[in-house]
Amino acid sequence: MKSLALAILLAPLAVLGAETGYRLDKSPHEPTDLVSLQTGAKLYVNYCLGCHAMQYMRYGGLEELGLTEQQIKDNLLFTGDKVGEPMKGPMDPKTAKQWFGVAPPDLSVVGRSRGADWLYTYLRTFYRDPKTVTGWNNAVFENVGMPHALWSLQGERAYDREKREWRELSKGALSQVEYDTAVRDLVNFIAYVGEPAAMDRRAIGIGVLFFLGILFILTYLLKKEYWKDVT
Amino acid sequence: MSRLQALWGWFDSRMPSAAEQWKIHASEYYAPKNFNFWYYFGSLAGLVLIIQIVSGIFLTMNYKPDASLAFGSVEYIMRDVSFGWLLRYVHSTGASAFFIVVYLHMFRALLYGSHRAPRELVWIFGVLIYLTLMGEAFFGYLLPWGQMSYWGAQVIVNLFGTVPFIGPDLALWIRGDYVVSDVTLNRFFALHVIAFPLVLLGLIVAHILALHDVGSNNPDGVDIKKTKGAHGKPLDGIPFHPYYTVKDLVGAVVFLAIFCIVMFFVPEMGGYFLEENNFIPADPLKTPPHIAPVWYFTPYYSILRAVPPIGIDFLGIAPSQFPGVLAMGVGVLIFFFLPWLDRSPVKSIRYRGALYKSWLAAFVVVFVILGYLGVNPTTVWGQFKFNAFFLDTKDIATWVARLCTLVYFLFFFLMPWYTARDKVKPVPERVTYHH
Repeated sequence: MKSLALAILLAPLAVLGAETGYRLDKSPHEPTDLVSLQTGAKLYVNYCLGCHAMQYMRYGGLEELGLTEQQIKDNLLFTGDKVGEPMKGPMDPKTAKQWFGVAPPDLSVVGRSRGADWLYTYLRTFYRDPKTVTGWNNAVFENVGMPHALWSLQGERAYDREKREWRELSKGALSQVEYDTAVRDLVNFIAYVGEPAAMDRRAIGIGVLFFLGILFILTYLLKKEYWKDVT
Repeated sequence: MSRLQALWGWFDSRMPSAAEQWKIHASEYYAPKNFNFWYYFGSLAGLVLIIQIVSGIFLTMNYKPDASLAFGSVEYIMRDVSFGWLLRYVHSTGASAFFIVVYLHMFRALLYGSHRAPRELVWIFGVLIYLTLMGEAFFGYLLPWGQMSYWGAQVIVNLFGTVPFIGPDLALWIRGDYVVSDVTLNRFFALHVIAFPLVLLGLIVAHILALHDVGSNNPDGVDIKKTKGAHGKPLDGIPFHPYYTVKDLVGAVVFLAIFCIVMFFVPEMGGYFLEENNFIPADPLKTPPHIAPVWYFTPYYSILRAVPPIGIDFLGIAPSQFPGVLAMGVGVLIFFFLPWLDRSPVKSIRYRGALYKSWLAAFVVVFVILGYLGVNPTTVWGQFKFNAFFLDTKDIATWVARLCTLVYFLFFFLMPWYTARDKVKPVPERVTYHH
């Protein structure tokens, strides 16, 4: 117990255990681009939601992305049956743990914990690795339990960790540029779900600051008036 | 006589002390007229307190203090509660803002000698408020039940575990369990939403009552009660209301503007106000690679890490982190003794000599460096390239933190000497005020 306490106390000394030092690309996503967000939502529901739930997000919330309730029902509602339900995946966590070693995490707030740049790079750096159980590995997240879910889009690639060199093994349904764009949209959507309020808060913030600006002028004049007789 | 006046008359004849108190604390509380920028932070701390209480009440209506529900309930607040995200950001930004204004408020005292006689009690209540606030912030930080909440609490509670003999039992008693768990979350919730706020309010009342009994200090450190006019009121004093109420109103608006810029545009403040790791639900089986407390605790956390584990096998005391914990504790508690450590014949920095000015500047610099180092791993500045017998660690940052810790304590321990020896300037009879 004592040594555990000490280990916990000194834990900050051990740094960057899981990090590989792979340079992250800047995510080019645009949070106000509704088309990109809708494409991202479609990609997420088709390729990710099977394993990764977004239990804090409701389908109905996607109306903020410019979709109607009917559009959501027709195109995105595979796992639930009501628009008001949370985006829970169909997979049982216990079975998932048997399959992948770890249960695939819920991704509701991964946009905030990992950040868009990490996600954007991670989703583009899967490679074939015969040494792993799934046959896949990742340049950013070494020995990740997750196989390349988007491989049919990106194709297969090999990566030399020592030389940091990429090699194409097979072509996917998308070209490299198209794939990067698809990942950008997907990351955009994940980042949006991380904090749906981000859309509103900036707009409200501008209004509040405008109000405070006027209030400042009024209170400043009031103060000046009162303090005239202080000499 | 209007109806309103009649109503007031009815009230006043039954409770004359209401009007009496208003006079004592506002309309006839004479404050020095030369307050400057540094005098905004007292009233701002009061404003932040109100912000925290009000936003806290509404958060409590939606938050669930249950280890299996807490994280989700915060996300529920962020998404499904109308303007819940605003409540949460108000409260999280408010927590950091509280410490910013309190640190600036305390620094004001160091600048102008506000802690000196006859205001020692005001200062002591102030330090007690600071300690209570630290507890309040610590308990509150566990509630979102993210990884940082969980492991931060684990680390801090384990600090108590290093106390010789009673440590492990003490830590167990605080947690209520062998690890931070649902039990811990429940009691921290109770302490955060009622116990500590009550103590805080009581201490703030005492702080203000003690202040209003002796009167406010000012940037010149001159006693305004020495020079009274024909009416027996200080010539350099003006009634707090309306003069300082309208002045503080301007300060409050400027403060709120800065507050809102953070809250609406950068609520995470680059990971300082809301840490990235705290968006991962608490996992007792997975220690994050880097645990750091929130920024307002990091100067003390740095002091803790700077002190190497010392001890010999004596009476069952193995080498432990306790000396570091002790240093951290002394680093906070030493503020209590400040009024007696300072032996200068003058209060304000305006009339002090180079010695105090240099020491105070050094203190501020090391406090900021310690704070910076505390949020980072000790490897942040790399390692020494050479070897030496005394290098128990090669991390440059650890050695810088040790140097800063030394300066931190010397600022206090040498204070009786350098303040008494300092060349001071003559203090004027009246306050300096330029219209």
